Amino acid sequence: MGAPADRKYATTHEWHKQEGDVVTIGITQFAVDELTDVTYVDLPAKGKQLSAGKSFGEIESVKATSELYSAVAGEVVEANDALKDDPSLVNTDPYGKGWMIKVKVPGANLDGLMTAEQYNAKHG
Amino acid sequence: MAELKRTPFYDFHVKAGAKMVDFAGWEMPLLYRGIIEEHQHTRTAASIFDVSHMGRLKFTGKGAEAFLQKVCTRNVGKGKPGQSMYSLVCNENGKTLDDVIVSRFDGHWYMVCNASNREKLLGWFAKVGLLNTEIEDETEKTAMVAIQGPKAVGLLDGVLPDPVSDIRRYHFETMRYMMIVQFNVFRSGYTGEDGAEIVCGTTAAGMAMNYLLKSEGENEVLKPAGLGARDTLRLEAGMPLYGHELTEETDPLAAGLGWAVDLSKDFIGAESLRAAASNGPARKLVGMIVEGQRAARQGMEIRQGGKSLGIVTSGAMSPTLKRPIAMGYVDAALSSEGTGLEIDCRGNCLSATVTALPFYKRQK
Repeated sequence: MGAPADRKYATTHEWHKQEGDVVTIGITQFAVDELTDVTYVDLPAKGKQLSAGKSFGEIESVKATSELYSAVAGEVVEANDALKDDPSLVNTDPYGKGWMIKVKVPGANLDGLMTAEQYNAKHG
Repeated sequence: MAELKRTPFYDFHVKAGAKMVDFAGWEMPLLYRGIIEEHQHTRTAASIFDVSHMGRLKFTGKGAEAFLQKVCTRNVGKGKPGQSMYSLVCNENGKTLDDVIVSRFDGHWYMVCNASNREKLLGWFAKVGLLNTEIEDETEKTAMVAIQGPKAVGLLDGVLPDPVSDIRRYHFETMRYMMIVQFNVFRSGYTGEDGAEIVCGTTAAGMAMNYLLKSEGENEVLKPAGLGARDTLRLEAGMPLYGHELTEETDPLAAGLGWAVDLSKDFIGAESLRAAASNGPARKLVGMIVEGQRAARQGMEIRQGGKSLGIVTSGAMSPTLKRPIAMGYVDAALSSEGTGLEIDCRGNCLSATVTALPFYKRQK
Protein backbone atom coordinates (compact mmCIF):
# COMPACT_ATOMS: atom_id res chain seq x y z
CA MET A 1 0.00 0.00 0.00
CA GLY A 2 1.43 3.37 -0.96
CA ALA A 3 1.91 6.03 1.71
CA PRO A 4 -1.17 8.32 1.76
CA ALA A 5 -0.89 11.84 0.38
CA ASP A 6 -2.54 13.56 3.35
CA ARG A 7 0.62 13.55 5.45
CA LYS A 8 4.40 14.01 5.39
CA TYR A 9 7.21 11.53 6.05
CA ALA A 10 10.48 11.44 7.96
CA THR A 11 13.44 9.49 6.56
CA THR A 12 13.10 7.28 9.65
CA HIS A 13 9.63 6.17 8.45
CA GLU A 14 7.40 8.12 10.84
CA TRP A 15 4.43 9.78 9.17
CA HIS A 16 3.38 13.20 10.47
CA LYS A 17 -0.20 14.38 9.88
CA GLN A 18 -0.92 17.99 10.64
CA GLU A 19 -4.39 19.20 11.67
CA GLY A 20 -4.27 22.78 12.91
CA ASP A 21 -1.47 22.92 15.44
CA VAL A 22 -1.66 19.24 16.37
CA VAL A 23 0.57 16.75 14.59
CA THR A 24 -0.31 13.05 14.76
CA ILE A 25 2.61 10.64 14.38
CA GLY A 26 2.71 6.97 13.39
CA ILE A 27 4.87 4.69 11.25
CA THR A 28 4.55 3.65 7.62
CA GLN A 29 3.55 0.35 6.05
CA PHE A 30 7.13 -0.01 4.85
CA ALA A 31 8.43 0.20 8.43
CA VAL A 32 5.75 -2.24 9.58
CA ASP A 33 6.73 -4.71 6.86
CA GLU A 34 10.32 -4.60 8.07
CA LEU A 35 9.39 -5.07 11.74
CA THR A 36 6.74 -7.78 11.18
CA ASP A 37 4.61 -8.73 14.22
CA VAL A 38 4.64 -5.80 16.67
CA THR A 39 4.57 -6.97 20.29
CA TYR A 40 5.04 -3.76 22.28
CA VAL A 41 5.00 0.00 21.77
CA ASP A 42 6.60 2.28 24.37
CA LEU A 43 5.02 5.73 24.13
CA PRO A 44 5.62 8.92 26.14
CA ALA A 45 3.15 10.18 28.72
CA LYS A 46 0.80 13.10 28.14
CA GLY A 47 2.58 16.36 28.81
CA LYS A 48 6.02 15.11 27.79
CA GLN A 49 8.02 17.65 25.83
CA LEU A 50 9.51 16.32 22.63
CA SER A 51 12.49 17.69 20.72
CA ALA A 52 12.66 17.65 16.95
CA GLY A 53 14.73 14.81 15.58
CA LYS A 54 14.89 13.01 18.92
CA SER A 55 13.49 9.61 19.91
CA PHE A 56 10.09 9.64 21.64
CA GLY A 57 9.72 5.93 22.25
CA GLU A 58 10.40 2.40 21.13
CA ILE A 59 8.63 -0.22 19.11
CA GLU A 60 9.28 -3.91 19.67
CA SER A 61 8.52 -6.69 17.26
CA VAL A 62 9.30 -10.41 17.19
CA LYS A 63 12.26 -9.44 15.05
CA ALA A 64 13.79 -6.41 16.74
CA THR A 65 13.37 -3.24 18.76
CA SER A 66 13.51 0.16 17.04
CA GLU A 67 13.45 3.76 18.20
CA LEU A 68 10.64 6.07 17.17
CA TYR A 69 11.53 9.64 16.17
CA SER A 70 9.55 12.85 16.07
CA ALA A 71 10.45 15.38 13.42
CA VAL A 72 8.68 18.09 15.41
CA ALA A 73 9.13 19.69 18.83
CA GLY A 74 6.13 20.10 21.10
CA GLU A 75 4.03 18.70 23.93
CA VAL A 76 2.45 15.27 23.80
CA VAL A 77 -1.31 15.83 24.16
CA GLU A 78 -2.33 12.22 23.63
CA ALA A 79 -0.77 8.77 23.29
CA ASN A 80 -2.70 5.90 21.70
CA ASP A 81 -3.73 3.77 24.69
CA ALA A 82 -5.26 1.15 22.38
CA LEU A 83 -1.74 0.05 21.48
CA LYS A 84 -1.17 -1.09 25.08
CA ASP A 85 -3.77 -3.82 24.75
CA ASP A 86 -3.30 -4.50 21.08
CA PRO A 87 0.08 -3.54 19.59
CA SER A 88 -0.87 -5.43 16.43
CA LEU A 89 -3.02 -2.42 15.42
CA VAL A 90 0.25 -1.00 14.13
CA ASN A 91 0.51 -3.99 11.76
CA THR A 92 -3.11 -4.02 10.63
CA ASP A 93 -3.77 -0.28 10.35
CA PRO A 94 -0.52 1.73 10.52
CA TYR A 95 -2.07 4.87 9.01
CA GLY A 96 -5.32 4.76 11.01
CA LYS A 97 -5.94 2.89 14.26
CA GLY A 98 -2.19 2.32 14.66
CA TRP A 99 -1.46 6.03 15.27
CA MET A 100 0.94 6.58 18.13
CA ILE A 101 1.02 10.12 19.53
CA LYS A 102 -0.54 13.54 19.04
CA VAL A 103 1.82 16.47 19.57
CA LYS A 104 0.85 20.15 20.01
CA VAL A 105 3.17 22.08 17.72
CA PRO A 106 2.10 25.73 17.44
CA GLY A 107 3.09 27.08 14.03
CA ALA A 108 4.07 23.60 12.91
CA ASN A 109 6.24 23.46 9.82
CA LEU A 110 6.54 20.10 8.09
CA ASP A 111 8.31 21.46 5.01
CA GLY A 112 11.50 19.59 5.81
CA LEU A 113 9.71 16.23 5.56
CA MET A 114 9.11 14.16 2.44
CA THR A 115 5.83 14.19 0.58
CA ALA A 116 4.00 10.90 0.02
CA GLU A 117 5.24 10.94 -3.56
CA GLN A 118 8.85 11.33 -2.45
CA TYR A 119 8.50 8.66 0.23
CA ASN A 120 6.83 6.20 -2.15
CA ALA A 121 9.54 6.78 -4.75
CA LYS A 122 12.09 5.80 -2.15
CA HIS A 123 10.23 2.94 -0.49
CA GLY A 124 7.45 1.96 -2.88
CA MET B 1 32.29 -9.94 0.74
CA ALA B 2 31.75 -13.62 0.07
CA GLU B 3 28.53 -14.53 -1.66
CA LEU B 4 25.88 -16.16 0.45
CA LYS B 5 25.25 -19.87 -0.11
CA ARG B 6 21.85 -21.03 -1.25
CA THR B 7 20.02 -24.22 -0.44
CA PRO B 8 18.25 -26.27 -3.15
CA PHE B 9 15.01 -24.60 -2.02
CA TYR B 10 16.08 -21.00 -2.60
CA ASP B 11 13.77 -20.47 -5.61
CA PHE B 12 10.88 -21.95 -3.66
CA HIS B 13 11.43 -19.52 -0.78
CA VAL B 14 11.54 -16.50 -3.05
CA LYS B 15 8.48 -17.62 -4.98
CA ALA B 16 6.63 -18.17 -1.69
CA GLY B 17 7.39 -14.57 -0.75
CA ALA B 18 9.90 -15.27 2.01
CA LYS B 19 11.94 -12.49 3.59
CA MET B 20 15.49 -13.76 3.06
CA VAL B 21 18.34 -13.13 5.52
CA ASP B 22 21.98 -14.07 5.97
CA PHE B 23 22.26 -16.90 8.44
CA ALA B 24 25.71 -18.40 8.99
CA GLY B 25 26.66 -17.49 5.43
CA TRP B 26 23.51 -18.95 3.87
CA GLU B 27 20.62 -17.03 2.33
CA MET B 28 17.72 -18.39 4.38
CA PRO B 29 14.02 -17.61 4.83
CA LEU B 30 13.38 -15.68 8.03
CA LEU B 31 9.63 -15.75 7.51
CA TYR B 32 6.95 -16.23 4.83
CA ARG B 33 3.66 -15.03 6.28
CA GLY B 34 4.72 -13.87 9.76
CA ILE B 35 6.71 -15.37 12.61
CA ILE B 36 3.80 -15.60 15.04
CA GLU B 37 1.47 -17.11 12.43
CA GLU B 38 4.06 -19.67 11.33
CA HIS B 39 4.80 -20.52 14.97
CA GLN B 40 1.14 -21.05 15.81
CA HIS B 41 0.58 -23.07 12.66
CA THR B 42 3.38 -25.42 13.74
CA ARG B 43 1.76 -25.90 17.14
CA THR B 44 -1.69 -26.58 15.70
CA ALA B 45 -1.10 -28.19 12.29
CA ALA B 46 2.23 -28.78 10.51
CA SER B 47 5.04 -26.68 9.10
CA ILE B 48 7.92 -27.47 6.78
CA PHE B 49 11.30 -25.84 7.47
CA ASP B 50 14.28 -25.76 5.12
CA VAL B 51 17.23 -26.74 7.31
CA SER B 52 19.59 -27.60 4.48
CA HIS B 53 22.11 -25.07 5.75
CA MET B 54 22.97 -27.34 8.69
CA GLY B 55 26.16 -29.39 8.44
CA ARG B 56 25.86 -33.04 7.42
CA LEU B 57 29.01 -35.08 7.89
CA LYS B 58 29.47 -38.76 7.02
CA PHE B 59 32.06 -40.74 8.98
CA THR B 60 33.41 -43.99 7.53
CA GLY B 61 36.30 -46.30 8.28
CA LYS B 62 37.30 -48.78 10.97
CA GLY B 63 38.22 -45.97 13.36
CA ALA B 64 35.00 -43.96 12.96
CA GLU B 65 33.26 -45.20 16.09
CA ALA B 66 36.33 -44.73 18.27
CA PHE B 67 36.84 -41.26 16.83
CA LEU B 68 33.28 -40.22 17.57
CA GLN B 69 33.55 -41.65 21.07
CA LYS B 70 36.63 -39.48 21.51
CA VAL B 71 35.08 -36.20 20.39
CA CYS B 72 31.50 -36.64 21.63
CA THR B 73 30.39 -36.32 25.24
CA ARG B 74 27.65 -38.91 24.68
CA ASN B 75 28.39 -42.60 24.66
CA VAL B 76 27.42 -42.96 21.02
CA GLY B 77 28.80 -46.50 20.95
CA LYS B 78 25.73 -47.53 22.92
CA GLY B 79 23.53 -46.50 20.00
CA LYS B 80 22.17 -49.22 17.74
CA PRO B 81 21.90 -49.00 13.94
CA GLY B 82 18.86 -46.86 13.24
CA GLN B 83 19.33 -44.73 16.32
CA SER B 84 20.12 -41.01 16.63
CA MET B 85 21.71 -39.43 19.68
CA TYR B 86 22.04 -35.84 20.81
CA SER B 87 25.55 -34.99 21.98
CA LEU B 88 27.94 -32.17 22.63
CA VAL B 89 31.42 -31.80 21.18
CA CYS B 90 33.75 -30.16 23.69
CA ASN B 91 37.31 -28.89 23.77
CA GLU B 92 39.91 -30.04 26.31
CA ASN B 93 38.52 -27.60 28.86
CA GLY B 94 35.08 -29.16 28.64
CA LYS B 95 33.69 -26.08 26.93
CA THR B 96 31.11 -26.55 24.20
CA LEU B 97 32.22 -26.43 20.58
CA ASP B 98 28.84 -27.49 19.20
CA ASP B 99 25.74 -29.57 19.87
CA VAL B 100 25.12 -32.28 17.32
CA ILE B 101 23.01 -35.31 16.49
CA VAL B 102 24.96 -38.46 15.75
CA SER B 103 23.23 -41.33 13.94
CA ARG B 104 24.49 -44.88 13.54
CA PHE B 105 23.91 -46.45 10.14
CA ASP B 106 24.81 -50.02 9.23
CA GLY B 107 28.09 -49.16 7.55
CA HIS B 108 28.81 -45.61 8.68
CA TRP B 109 28.04 -42.75 11.07
CA TYR B 110 26.28 -39.48 10.36
CA MET B 111 26.59 -36.21 12.23
CA VAL B 112 24.30 -33.21 11.82
CA CYS B 113 25.77 -30.02 13.27
CA ASN B 114 25.00 -26.31 13.34
CA ALA B 115 25.59 -24.41 10.11
CA SER B 116 27.69 -21.88 12.00
CA ASN B 117 30.02 -24.54 13.38
CA ARG B 118 30.56 -26.83 10.41
CA GLU B 119 33.94 -25.40 9.40
CA LYS B 120 35.02 -25.11 13.03
CA LEU B 121 34.22 -28.77 13.69
CA LEU B 122 35.97 -29.98 10.55
CA GLY B 123 39.05 -28.04 11.63
CA TRP B 124 38.76 -29.43 15.15
CA PHE B 125 38.38 -33.03 13.93
CA ALA B 126 41.45 -32.66 11.70
CA LYS B 127 43.40 -31.27 14.66
CA VAL B 128 42.30 -34.13 16.90
CA GLY B 129 43.53 -36.54 14.25
CA LEU B 130 41.44 -38.89 12.14
CA LEU B 131 42.82 -42.37 12.69
CA ASN B 132 41.34 -44.86 10.19
CA THR B 133 38.47 -42.45 9.77
CA GLU B 134 37.27 -40.53 6.72
CA ILE B 135 34.89 -37.60 6.91
CA GLU B 136 32.81 -36.70 3.90
CA ASP B 137 31.08 -33.32 4.10
CA GLU B 138 27.72 -34.01 2.48
CA THR B 139 26.21 -30.61 3.27
CA GLU B 140 26.28 -29.13 -0.21
CA LYS B 141 25.16 -32.26 -2.04
CA THR B 142 22.16 -32.95 0.18
CA ALA B 143 19.06 -31.14 1.32
CA MET B 144 17.27 -31.37 4.64
CA VAL B 145 13.77 -30.38 5.69
CA ALA B 146 11.99 -30.60 9.00
CA ILE B 147 8.27 -31.31 9.07
CA GLN B 148 6.94 -30.54 12.51
CA GLY B 149 3.58 -30.26 14.22
CA PRO B 150 0.76 -32.40 15.62
CA LYS B 151 -0.38 -33.23 12.07
CA ALA B 152 3.12 -33.85 10.71
CA VAL B 153 3.42 -37.59 11.27
CA GLY B 154 -0.08 -38.34 10.02
CA LEU B 155 0.59 -36.26 6.92
CA LEU B 156 3.89 -38.00 6.22
CA ASP B 157 2.33 -41.42 6.77
CA GLY B 158 0.04 -40.68 3.87
CA VAL B 159 2.84 -39.48 1.62
CA LEU B 160 5.99 -41.51 2.29
CA PRO B 161 6.59 -45.15 1.21
CA ASP B 162 6.83 -46.32 4.84
CA PRO B 163 4.91 -44.90 7.79
CA VAL B 164 6.79 -42.41 9.96
CA SER B 165 4.57 -43.42 12.88
CA ASP B 166 6.46 -46.73 12.89
CA ILE B 167 9.78 -44.96 13.52
CA ARG B 168 10.52 -44.42 17.21
CA ARG B 169 11.57 -41.01 18.52
CA TYR B 170 15.28 -40.41 17.93
CA HIS B 171 15.47 -43.22 15.43
CA PHE B 172 15.57 -43.10 11.65
CA GLU B 173 14.82 -45.14 8.57
CA THR B 174 16.18 -45.17 5.05
CA MET B 175 13.38 -45.12 2.49
CA ARG B 176 13.27 -45.33 -1.28
CA TYR B 177 10.89 -43.51 -3.55
CA MET B 178 10.13 -45.17 -6.89
CA MET B 179 13.16 -47.40 -6.18
CA ILE B 180 15.51 -44.64 -7.33
CA VAL B 181 15.47 -41.78 -4.89
CA GLN B 182 16.90 -42.69 -1.50
CA PHE B 183 16.33 -40.56 1.54
CA ASN B 184 16.64 -40.79 5.32
CA VAL B 185 13.78 -39.97 7.66
CA PHE B 186 14.71 -39.09 11.24
CA ARG B 187 11.97 -38.95 13.89
CA SER B 188 13.36 -35.90 15.64
CA GLY B 189 13.00 -32.14 15.67
CA TYR B 190 13.77 -28.81 17.22
CA THR B 191 10.32 -27.43 17.90
CA GLY B 192 8.88 -29.41 20.79
CA GLU B 193 6.36 -30.98 18.40
CA ASP B 194 6.36 -34.47 16.91
CA GLY B 195 7.55 -34.80 13.35
CA ALA B 196 10.46 -35.82 11.17
CA GLU B 197 13.58 -34.46 9.54
CA ILE B 198 14.29 -35.72 6.05
CA VAL B 199 17.64 -35.76 4.27
CA CYS B 200 17.83 -36.36 0.54
CA GLY B 201 20.06 -35.60 -2.44
CA THR B 202 19.84 -32.10 -3.92
CA THR B 203 18.40 -33.26 -7.24
CA ALA B 204 15.50 -34.92 -5.47
CA ALA B 205 14.98 -31.95 -3.15
CA GLY B 206 12.94 -29.69 -5.40
CA MET B 207 10.79 -32.61 -6.50
CA ALA B 208 10.25 -33.65 -2.90
CA MET B 209 9.20 -30.18 -1.73
CA ASN B 210 6.75 -29.71 -4.59
CA TYR B 211 5.33 -33.17 -4.01
CA LEU B 212 4.88 -32.61 -0.28
CA LEU B 213 3.17 -29.25 -0.72
CA LYS B 214 1.13 -30.22 -3.76
CA SER B 215 -0.26 -33.39 -2.21
CA GLU B 216 -1.81 -31.16 0.39
CA GLY B 217 -4.16 -29.68 -2.17
CA GLU B 218 -6.82 -27.33 -0.87
CA ASN B 219 -6.44 -28.46 2.73
CA GLU B 220 -3.22 -26.56 3.17
CA VAL B 221 -2.35 -28.37 6.37
CA LEU B 222 1.37 -28.18 5.61
CA LYS B 223 2.77 -24.67 5.26
CA PRO B 224 6.34 -23.39 5.06
CA ALA B 225 7.85 -21.76 8.14
CA GLY B 226 11.13 -19.86 8.48
CA LEU B 227 14.00 -19.40 10.89
CA GLY B 228 12.16 -16.77 12.91
CA ALA B 229 9.46 -19.23 13.95
CA ARG B 230 12.07 -21.96 14.36
CA ASP B 231 13.70 -19.82 17.04
CA THR B 232 10.53 -18.99 18.97
CA LEU B 233 9.45 -22.65 18.79
CA ARG B 234 12.70 -24.05 20.18
CA LEU B 235 12.75 -21.36 22.88
CA GLU B 236 9.28 -22.38 24.08
CA ALA B 237 10.48 -25.99 24.05
CA GLY B 238 13.41 -24.98 26.27
CA MET B 239 15.95 -26.16 23.71
CA PRO B 240 19.40 -24.56 23.63
CA LEU B 241 20.82 -22.76 20.61
CA TYR B 242 24.54 -22.57 19.93
CA GLY B 243 25.77 -19.03 20.17
CA HIS B 244 23.22 -18.37 22.89
CA GLU B 245 22.88 -21.04 25.62
CA LEU B 246 25.89 -22.96 24.31
CA THR B 247 29.19 -21.21 23.68
CA GLU B 248 32.91 -21.81 24.10
CA GLU B 249 32.61 -20.00 27.42
CA THR B 250 30.17 -22.48 28.92
CA ASP B 251 30.14 -26.22 29.53
CA PRO B 252 27.24 -28.62 28.93
CA LEU B 253 26.71 -29.28 32.64
CA ALA B 254 25.96 -25.63 33.41
CA ALA B 255 23.49 -25.78 30.52
CA GLY B 256 21.64 -28.65 32.16
CA LEU B 257 22.74 -31.14 29.51
CA GLY B 258 24.37 -33.66 31.85
CA TRP B 259 22.11 -36.33 30.38
CA ALA B 260 24.06 -36.02 27.10
CA VAL B 261 27.42 -36.32 28.85
CA ASP B 262 28.78 -39.72 29.89
CA LEU B 263 31.37 -38.89 32.53
CA SER B 264 32.33 -42.57 32.88
CA LYS B 265 33.62 -42.50 29.30
CA ASP B 266 36.93 -41.05 28.16
CA PHE B 267 36.49 -38.24 25.69
CA ILE B 268 38.10 -34.86 25.02
CA GLY B 269 37.05 -32.63 27.89
CA ALA B 270 35.98 -35.46 30.20
CA GLU B 271 38.52 -34.63 32.91
CA SER B 272 37.52 -30.97 33.02
CA LEU B 273 33.85 -31.93 33.09
CA ARG B 274 34.35 -34.40 35.92
CA ALA B 275 35.96 -31.60 37.94
CA ALA B 276 33.12 -29.24 36.98
CA ALA B 277 30.59 -31.88 38.04
CA SER B 278 32.11 -32.31 41.48
CA ASN B 279 32.37 -28.55 42.10
CA GLY B 280 28.98 -27.74 40.66
CA PRO B 281 28.56 -24.92 38.13
CA ALA B 282 28.98 -21.32 39.30
CA ARG B 283 26.11 -20.31 37.03
CA LYS B 284 23.24 -22.44 35.79
CA LEU B 285 20.94 -22.12 32.82
CA VAL B 286 17.37 -21.29 33.83
CA GLY B 287 14.09 -20.46 32.20
CA MET B 288 12.32 -17.23 33.13
CA ILE B 289 8.85 -15.83 32.66
CA VAL B 290 9.01 -12.05 32.29
CA GLU B 291 6.29 -9.73 33.62
CA GLY B 292 4.67 -7.28 31.25
CA GLN B 293 4.87 -7.37 27.49
CA ARG B 294 8.45 -6.43 26.72
CA ALA B 295 10.81 -9.11 25.55
CA ALA B 296 14.10 -9.70 27.30
CA ARG B 297 16.90 -10.30 24.79
CA GLN B 298 20.32 -11.93 24.65
CA GLY B 299 22.93 -9.92 26.51
CA MET B 300 20.61 -8.23 28.99
CA GLU B 301 21.88 -8.27 32.55
CA ILE B 302 20.02 -10.22 35.22
CA ARG B 303 20.01 -8.74 38.72
CA GLN B 304 18.62 -9.17 42.18
CA GLY B 305 18.68 -6.41 44.76
CA GLY B 306 20.82 -4.33 42.44
CA LYS B 307 23.49 -7.02 42.25
CA SER B 308 24.39 -8.38 38.82
CA LEU B 309 24.13 -12.15 38.86
CA GLY B 310 23.48 -13.36 35.37
CA ILE B 311 22.88 -12.75 31.71
CA VAL B 312 20.02 -13.44 29.32
CA THR B 313 20.97 -15.86 26.51
CA SER B 314 17.69 -15.89 24.58
CA GLY B 315 14.34 -14.17 24.93
CA ALA B 316 11.18 -13.47 22.98
CA MET B 317 7.45 -12.96 23.26
CA SER B 318 6.04 -16.49 23.43
CA PRO B 319 3.25 -16.85 20.88
CA THR B 320 1.80 -19.82 22.79
CA LEU B 321 2.01 -18.45 26.34
CA LYS B 322 1.38 -14.90 25.12
CA ARG B 323 3.97 -13.54 27.49
CA PRO B 324 7.71 -12.91 27.25
CA ILE B 325 9.94 -15.87 28.07
CA ALA B 326 13.69 -16.04 28.36
CA MET B 327 16.62 -18.30 29.14
CA GLY B 328 19.81 -17.21 30.83
CA TYR B 329 22.63 -18.12 33.17
CA VAL B 330 22.25 -17.07 36.81
CA ASP B 331 24.30 -17.67 39.96
CA ALA B 332 23.62 -21.26 41.04
CA ALA B 333 22.35 -20.15 44.47
CA LEU B 334 19.55 -18.20 42.81
CA SER B 335 18.58 -20.73 40.17
CA SER B 336 15.67 -22.44 41.90
CA GLU B 337 12.14 -22.28 40.56
CA GLY B 338 10.18 -19.30 41.82
CA THR B 339 13.19 -17.04 42.42
CA GLY B 340 12.36 -13.41 41.64
CA LEU B 341 14.83 -11.60 39.42
CA GLU B 342 15.17 -8.35 37.50
CA ILE B 343 16.27 -7.94 33.93
CA ASP B 344 17.79 -4.68 32.70
CA CYS B 345 16.00 -3.94 29.45
CA ARG B 346 17.74 -0.87 28.01
CA GLY B 347 17.38 0.93 31.34
CA ASN B 348 13.89 -0.41 32.04
CA CYS B 349 13.65 -2.91 34.88
CA LEU B 350 11.66 -6.03 34.00
CA SER B 351 10.51 -8.42 36.73
CA ALA B 352 11.12 -12.08 36.00
CA THR B 353 10.57 -15.39 37.79
CA VAL B 354 12.67 -18.52 37.39
CA THR B 355 10.53 -21.25 35.90
CA ALA B 356 11.08 -24.92 35.04
CA LEU B 357 11.86 -25.78 31.44
CA PRO B 358 10.33 -26.41 29.01
CA PHE B 359 7.87 -23.53 28.80
CA TYR B 360 5.74 -25.64 26.48
CA LYS B 361 5.20 -29.37 26.28
CA ARG B 362 3.16 -31.00 23.54
CA GLN B 363 0.17 -33.20 24.26
CA LYS B 364 1.23 -36.80 23.77
